[in-house]
Amino acid sequence: MTQPDNFGFGEEAAMLKDSARKFFTEHFPTDKLHRMVAADTDPERMSSCAWDSELWQRMVELGWTSLAVPESAGGIGMPVTAVAGLVEELGRAAFPCPLLPTLNATYVLAACGSAGEAALAEIAEGRTASLAITNRQGSWNLADTDVQCAQGKLSGTAWFVQDARKVDRLLVSAQTSSGQALYWVPADAAGVTIAPDAIVDLTRDQAHVSFDNVAAEEVSSDGLAALERAMPVIWTLLAADITGAAEWQLQTTVEYVSTRQQFDRPLGFFQAVKHPLVNVMIQIDECKSLVYNAACACDTEPARAAEAAHMAKAAASETAAFASGRSVQYHGGIGFTWECFVHLYFKRQKHSQLLWGDAAWHRARLADILIGEVA
Amino acid sequence: MSESARQDTPEQAEFRQFCRQWLQANKPSAPSVRLPLSPLEIMTRPQLSYLQDWQKSAYEAGLVGCDYPPEFGGGGRSDCQRVANDEMIRARTPYFPNVIGLGMAAPTVLHHGQQALKERLLPRLFSGEDIWCQGFSEPGAGSDLASVQTFAERKGGKWVINGHKVWTSLAHFAEWMILLLRTDKSHKYDGLSYFVVPIRAALGNGVTVRPLIKITGETGFNEVIFENLEVDDSYRLDELGKGWQVAMTTLLHERGAGELQTPRAGGMKSKATHATNTANLIELARSTPRNGRPAADDPLIRDRIMQLVIREQGLAQNQRRARVSALQDHPLRLQLQNKLLASEITQDTAALAVEIEGASASLYLGDDNAPASGQWPMAYMNSYGMTIAAGTSEVQRNILGERVLGLAKSK
Repeated sequence: MTQPDNFGFGEEAAMLKDSARKFFTEHFPTDKLHRMVAADTDPERMSSCAWDSELWQRMVELGWTSLAVPESAGGIGMPVTAVAGLVEELGRAAFPCPLLPTLNATYVLAACGSAGEAALAEIAEGRTASLAITNRQGSWNLADTDVQCAQGKLSGTAWFVQDARKVDRLLVSAQTSSGQALYWVPADAAGVTIAPDAIVDLTRDQAHVSFDNVAAEEVSSDGLAALERAMPVIWTLLAADITGAAEWQLQTTVEYVSTRQQFDRPLGFFQAVKHPLVNVMIQIDECKSLVYNAACACDTEPARAAEAAHMAKAAASETAAFASGRSVQYHGGIGFTWECFVHLYFKRQKHSQLLWGDAAWHRARLADILIGEVA
Repeated sequence: MSESARQDTPEQAEFRQFCRQWLQANKPSAPSVRLPLSPLEIMTRPQLSYLQDWQKSAYEAGLVGCDYPPEFGGGGRSDCQRVANDEMIRARTPYFPNVIGLGMAAPTVLHHGQQALKERLLPRLFSGEDIWCQGFSEPGAGSDLASVQTFAERKGGKWVINGHKVWTSLAHFAEWMILLLRTDKSHKYDGLSYFVVPIRAALGNGVTVRPLIKITGETGFNEVIFENLEVDDSYRLDELGKGWQVAMTTLLHERGAGELQTPRAGGMKSKATHATNTANLIELARSTPRNGRPAADDPLIRDRIMQLVIREQGLAQNQRRARVSALQDHPLRLQLQNKLLASEITQDTAALAVEIEGASASLYLGDDNAPASGQWPMAYMNSYGMTIAAGTSEVQRNILGERVLGLAKSK
């Protein structure tokens, strides 16, 4: 066996996860999240992009953005298993910030070879970034992009760019005359237009980003290969975020059904409520185990990373949907209101469920690996 | 070297080395008879003898009962049973036949039995010479176990037992039974007491064992009827009226959540057995035509197989994560899911296999045209034994909801 039994989740990883949990519990309780992102009840408003950039600065100072940057580029070079632990806690807190997009960009840059090192060094210094690699159709096929590059200038539009208004840099996938390449662009460069999307999720922002003859630095001439190498980590980390958020949904709902009484009993007494909540727990545990398995594969067995990560994100997407549905349903009437906190997680999970491929998409890719592609 | 081996204490490391060497030299060769998938379905003497010989040799080498005190026939080691189990599973040995004895009776007798009883019973239990069975369920007491009606009436220094136990696996071979019964009809829980009973010696003389036929048409378990069976008071475990607490020790170990590791061997693939895992499902889909193409090309079939592959891998990774304390919020949360998940995944895997087989799934054992000799429909029917026995899936969900999530008790 090439993988360590404990997923490679050692003492350092446990300390990081633990300190992240304490950090969010202390500094970012859910009522603070609700005040921050749900003060405005206008459903027609543009995504507000409210976030606590001061608290974010403390996270940067704690080194969390440079965890995944290799030591050779000035980072900490922690394994994916440890980073997954941190992201699980981020999901539990649903903290609005560009940590996940920055980590995603980090793993793609790390797969770019020496051309990506300068950009990685910027991340190690505290710069944030997001991937701009998806087309208008929201295709998760990595070869699909609506951005072109000619004579070192980008044009076209990238869609579904995560936390675009919170980041300093964009990592753009573009078609070139000879294939597909990746480019590193300041988010405020001349010719870049960030058009915010009005989205369901109040804990993230999203935009479509247009490039009008934007001068860009190429970080990989074989963009497809770099993206392919990094995607298993990206799927795994989003699955870790979902796991943490789902655990919040479970615990919050368990507390509610233990307090709320109807027919002279707490709701959780009734098996019509009890058993589905156990099913939520079972799905979360399956998802969490598959996340650390996938993270460990990314660290130690890259040839099996895609297989393991497809399993993790497929399970996570199912978990996101199921845990969300049960959390609103079992909060009853109050769960259907804006004032109750559960909708914040419901919406974050809906977003996470679809992002970078939903369950059916990942299972279809997994079948191609395990059964073989259909001729 | 695996991570578990690297985390061994010096005692465990040395013992692991010993087990590995011993197994290399002494792992039994394949049996001449077909073995059932589960030791609970051992039906014939030749099957039993082969497996008893194996358990006895493993016991004599020190691979069974490693952590029990030497005075009761144990190895007196510290946390070494898991090491022996690892190595026996790695070596793909046969399983042990005395599963109820090892997994349930031994820890219960150790915790609640008198000194003399432990000295007498445990060595022959570990060696497999005495097979054990479990007398808990009754026609009127299934999920609500505490409503058992089998009654023991005191008569001098003896007890006279009358009653009816069901679903008693291995009773047709068992020397001994762990028996939950009632000594007081006026209190539901506090009226229960717990005995060990030598049933084989009393066959035809107060004890009748009759096979029950399962929905598959096979036998596998029994009903046991007690008619004025006299039993000595020295066979009682713990105090009178403490039967429910003793039964909890048994059930805790049955669910793999007890403090003593159960000796566990196994992994040997017998040609005739048919593992209900998803690798077999993929093979089946490849070899079964559907609308003129392999079923494995059908996107809906592919998706459903992948759902099961993911659940199966999830369970395997749960078991891996259960040994990493930093990745758990509650100590029993993963352990208490094992039986529920394993049984439901097996059932859903067999159900999908039957669907993939299509019309041919109507052909059963004994039909020459039945694919895989009719094993998938049989596995599907048999799987209901798994989701019902040892606490139904519904009871498992109550336990998880109440003990892990802390939800209000249904009882």
